[in-house]
Amino acid sequence: MKHNFSYFFKEGVGNMFSHGFMSFAAIGVTVACLLIMGTFSLVAYDLNENLKDLQRENAVLAFVDENYTDTEAKALQPKLEKLTGVASCTFVSREEARDNYVEQYDEDDLYEDLQAEIFRHRYVLHMTDLELMDEMVAELEQVEGVVKIRADEAISNGFITVRNVAGVISIALVTVLLVVSVFIMSNTIKLTTFDRRDEIAIMKMVGATNSFIRWPFVYEGLLLGISGASIAFLLQWVLYEALVRGVENSDTMQLLRLVPFGEIWLPVAVVFLAVGVLVGVGGSLTAIRKFLRV
Amino acid sequence: MIRLTNVEKVYDNGTQALKGISFEIADGEFVFLVGPSGSGKSTIIKLLTGEVIPTAGRVMINGFSMSRISDKQIPLMRRTIGVIFQDFRLITNKTVFDNLSLAMRAVGASTKEIRSRIPYVLELVGLAGKENRYPDELSGGEQQRVAIARALVNNPSTIVADEPTGNLDPGRSLEIMTLLQRINALGTTVVVVTHEKSLVNQFDKRVIMIDEGAVAVDGVHRYEV
Repeated sequence: MKHNFSYFFKEGVGNMFSHGFMSFAAIGVTVACLLIMGTFSLVAYDLNENLKDLQRENAVLAFVDENYTDTEAKALQPKLEKLTGVASCTFVSREEARDNYVEQYDEDDLYEDLQAEIFRHRYVLHMTDLELMDEMVAELEQVEGVVKIRADEAISNGFITVRNVAGVISIALVTVLLVVSVFIMSNTIKLTTFDRRDEIAIMKMVGATNSFIRWPFVYEGLLLGISGASIAFLLQWVLYEALVRGVENSDTMQLLRLVPFGEIWLPVAVVFLAVGVLVGVGGSLTAIRKFLRV
Repeated sequence: MIRLTNVEKVYDNGTQALKGISFEIADGEFVFLVGPSGSGKSTIIKLLTGEVIPTAGRVMINGFSMSRISDKQIPLMRRTIGVIFQDFRLITNKTVFDNLSLAMRAVGASTKEIRSRIPYVLELVGLAGKENRYPDELSGGEQQRVAIARALVNNPSTIVADEPTGNLDPGRSLEIMTLLQRINALGTTVVVVTHEKSLVNQFDKRVIMIDEGAVAVDGVHRYEV
């Protein structure tokens, strides 16, 4: 039997409106779950971005032998750039190091006459991934001319732990919310299906195939899911923009950088739509299965 | 053709509903299936509609062996049978036309076929012009006529009516039975399950009487207990 799209779609839309309250409940549940899931995921994403920024600022300092001339010290750069996990390698001469030091105490003229010779030439190494720090430090120790290394491994390990814990919590929470959404949607559609069990029994009795009975429910679930996802997306947009404004206007949270919604709307829309479709269609199929055994 | 050969049915709770029952209904026959409550009539109806399968023996319905039928074949078998129930089982939020068109859509009929077939069937059951009425707007007799129209609309070779007059007054019951007789005259096999003796005795038709899961009487008789 050919797939009668217009009939199934019309039936799906009709079913959705003829069970208005249940449809409203199903859309409401989808919106609520997607909003909770979306808000948490976006906050986790922003935290991750902020952690990445902090990681980028966490540099390793490699001090050059004080007997090296400027030319000899600068000649180390190609070697250092080839080390594992190096994202950038910046040479800081003793004079620049002195100036940076003095700058920190610019209100205090005590350091004005500080000689550059008491500072060492140094390299500031930023990393592609903090987890490679141990490996990089070990390689750095083998480089001739590098006499001292300052690497804050405890801080970097802290960042890694926070990032990993946040990742695990996000995945666990999103999974739980997804399962809860499918379950609630399934139960909601099950109620509408229960309301129409006689209709289904009649259709079975006149020789309807399971797929003929199933399709209108699938379209109904699909429409409910897409409607829920669309509403949730718009609300998420409004909510997130409010959050961004709240952080910007806050005296204590200005250090936090929130990614503008304009930069992330597409993946958010795709994920919301995919989850809406999954929850709607999955819920319908689960709900109707029991009623097809006639 | 319907043929039951030594059919037994034992339900999961241990109840033995049928005890080696055998009978045959030829194409085009009109048969009353009678018997007291709990005799096994309902189980026979369920066997004929594919709702249950026999525990032992063979059930052949219009070329389908119910002992070996696959899940995919059951809808095809059901399309050869039109079923009528005591409580009509119409969809109350659909019009008469939509109730009938649902049955036709279910078997893949096109809109054109639906539009030409439904007025013909409604005319046949005496409901011409009532396409747009809802079931609640019709009398009990008219609702049962809609149910008969729905059973007929896909042109099945057999009609199985389960207590079709159970909810009707004697006058309407006779009308429904006469209508079923007329449908039978057009070549459709009709099996009517009933316990209304007076109604059965007004028609000179074959009566199969079931008692305690077995055939007690089979022939053109008056229904006497």
